[in-house]
Amino acid sequence: MRRALLLPARLWIALFFAAPLAIICAYSLLTRGDYGGVETPWTLESFARLADPLYLAILWRSLWISTLATALCALLGFPLALFIARAGRHKNLYLQLVLLPFWTSFLVRTYAWIFILRDTGLINTVLSSLGLIAKPLPLLYNDGAVLIGLVYNFLPFFVLPMFATLERLDPSLMEAAADLGARPLSTLRRVILPLSAPGFVAGAVLVFIPCLGAYLTPDLLGGGKSVMVGNLIQNQFTTARDWPFGSAASLILMLASAVLLAAVMRSRTARELI
Amino acid sequence: MRKHLLATYSALALLFLHAPLLILIVFSFNAGRFTRWEGLSLHWYRAAMADPQLADGLLNSVIVALIAATVSTLIGTAAAYGMWRHRAPWLSGSLYLSLVTPEIVTGVSLLALFQWTFRFLHLHLGLATVIIAHIAFSIAYVTIVISARLRNCDRSLEEAAMDLGATEWAAFRRVTLPLIAPAVAAAGLLALVVSFDDYVITSLVAGVDSETLPMVIYAMARRGVSPVVNAVSALIVVAFGIIILISQHLQAEDESPT
Amino acid sequence: MDTVLELRALVKNFPGHRAVDNVSLSLSRGGFYSLLGPSGCGKTTTLRMIGGFETPDSGQVLLAGNVVNNLKPWQRNVSTVFQNYALFPHLTALANVEFGLRERGDADRREQALRALDLVELSAKRDRLPAQLSGGEKQRVALARSLVLAPQLLLLDEPLAALDPKLRKQMRAELKAVQRRTGITFLFVTHDQEEALSLSDKLAVMNAGRIEQFDTPETVYLRPATAFVAGFLGAINWFGSTGVRPESTRITRQKPSDVPCRRGAIESALFMGNCVHVNTALDTGGRAVAEVPRDQHDFKEGEPVWISWAPSDELNFEVAS
Repeated sequence: MRRALLLPARLWIALFFAAPLAIICAYSLLTRGDYGGVETPWTLESFARLADPLYLAILWRSLWISTLATALCALLGFPLALFIARAGRHKNLYLQLVLLPFWTSFLVRTYAWIFILRDTGLINTVLSSLGLIAKPLPLLYNDGAVLIGLVYNFLPFFVLPMFATLERLDPSLMEAAADLGARPLSTLRRVILPLSAPGFVAGAVLVFIPCLGAYLTPDLLGGGKSVMVGNLIQNQFTTARDWPFGSAASLILMLASAVLLAAVMRSRTARELI
Repeated sequence: MRKHLLATYSALALLFLHAPLLILIVFSFNAGRFTRWEGLSLHWYRAAMADPQLADGLLNSVIVALIAATVSTLIGTAAAYGMWRHRAPWLSGSLYLSLVTPEIVTGVSLLALFQWTFRFLHLHLGLATVIIAHIAFSIAYVTIVISARLRNCDRSLEEAAMDLGATEWAAFRRVTLPLIAPAVAAAGLLALVVSFDDYVITSLVAGVDSETLPMVIYAMARRGVSPVVNAVSALIVVAFGIIILISQHLQAEDESPT
Repeated sequence: MDTVLELRALVKNFPGHRAVDNVSLSLSRGGFYSLLGPSGCGKTTTLRMIGGFETPDSGQVLLAGNVVNNLKPWQRNVSTVFQNYALFPHLTALANVEFGLRERGDADRREQALRALDLVELSAKRDRLPAQLSGGEKQRVALARSLVLAPQLLLLDEPLAALDPKLRKQMRAELKAVQRRTGITFLFVTHDQEEALSLSDKLAVMNAGRIEQFDTPETVYLRPATAFVAGFLGAINWFGSTGVRPESTRITRQKPSDVPCRRGAIESALFMGNCVHVNTALDTGGRAVAEVPRDQHDFKEGEPVWISWAPSDELNFEVAS
């Protein structure tokens, strides 16, 4: 009886997750039809097109924005995770506070930054009413705004696994370091940081992969000037109607994500945190 | 001194995380259109509630979320329970993969599937396709929540029940199900929120007249900052917040493992 | 006399109870000292206040005559060997031992560390990670790591607690030897009275946050200051508020004359190897244990006997409240 319980899930996943992906795989090897859609002949042309400088630029931007966002999340998130791990009784409260924004709507969270960053947004209004600027600063619709949006949305993804790692550190190790003459900064550098490596790895992966495949954030905050792979894919399947090309890009994106994840899963400690 | 430095930084970091939403909520009560404060007002809330597009979007979202959450909770709970008892590496692998797959890829792949099948079935994109898609990506969330709860369950309890004469189904119904009931409710609420909030996948597989609330909001946000969006956002934040708090509460109360 | 550590009226409160209650102590340079007591008596808290990991609520800690209350652990010339060794898992044994030297900036730290590992006979394993070492080996690395800094005082927090009995005995001897060789003052915390008695030049018995007696092992054992100390240091038979050690307790079939005695019946006998512990149920209620040499034990269960002892072997105390 119990095996039958797995059937609905298996069916649904097979039909509406696996099969679609298989179709995408197939499409990536076909040719664009005249009125959208796909048709034979089979070809690798779509993948070849990705090597075009225009598209390579998009892939490159996705990579470096994701890397930068990950680095910022690590930089900003590590001290926060450290603070929470040392917070004693209030640990859970702080964790809830970190997670709370995450449980609101992603769309709303991203939209909030439009409200803050645009020409008539909060920052520009405040700065100009204080007489600090004559013209509004172009804070929105660029790579920087996308970066802010990504960091804002995915910071909790870094803080959580890092917190888990730091929490598990043996407190007597820190005491031993102090006992042996290490001041707090030295203890941080020589003991805490090396031992929190698994947390860094897990956190970095949990941020990098969603950033790589981001669509909504570059769409709303980048305004067409900061195109990432996700936007490219969406465009191919709607306006541009070039499904084979869009499918090829999708597969490359998936491949990159899968490879990264697999590399991390090899480390047992990082795996436990994800 | 260093301890205070860390505490101050963390306070700022937490402020950074919460400020944008607080700003939205505060300005949703602004009488003025933009970011110049012109006094308290509920004007935009009234405008939001009077907007027919928003009302339609809300209705669609609610319908989709309720159906998708119910079905995915059933399927997901069954799957989690099945995997607790039997190894199912392919299923758990694909569920995991579905969580890691970028939403844009899930969305376009489903679009491709639907367009391909609709050549033979003479159907078109609409609420049904949205619901199907939502169920597909929600199952993984439900399974994770239930699996986590089941991991703390003692398998021998069901065996004891069967030893005392219960069938497999009765053992589940009378022993395990009551134990995981709070987790099931929590998972259901989670599925509800995840479905309600989805934009990317929904926008790709929805038809012309089956816009959900996020799609309406997106369109408004794209056109420019409409203060109505502020009001709607504030309402969504509060609604989601309440649902999630209930869900967390259910899972927390359920802390004692058996 | 060179006082390396002085504790003056130390008090430490935790929510709900007073862990350290007015503790005063003075240790001379070069000695092996122990803090002995049951779990919860405050010995570890006292140790942590000396090491700088807890701040006293009142009272002073003086190292070599200087008040160190406000000094952080890295500023004190004291080193701690932790109960769980606290070896840095990401560093080899050698790197662990070098840790404090690197903080200090010693140029010849590698040579110093190698010498320290030699002292604890662990040179061969210097490139192993802690996970690859046994409990006893980890303990020795922890010891070397602290000793190499030549502190004025070495604090050991129940370092042998996690080892199996045979290893413990071996490590005890090694610890004593190391202490003698280096001349560093050791303060050893334990709940095992055998350990404290065998290792210490002087030991302090703690109970409920107070030091009940601080003296040489013989004095503490033969002339305990309080009933608690008497009971903690070894087995003892209580007759009212008079205590008599089992080795001073005699069993005879005839009523003895001129000595205090009680009547009872043999309950059981436990063969201990070199002697027999014979339990006797007293007529007045209660039990007495007598240590009987192996060749003198021929008592049968249920046999009526007399328990007696020499008055000079009595330990008398005020009736405790």
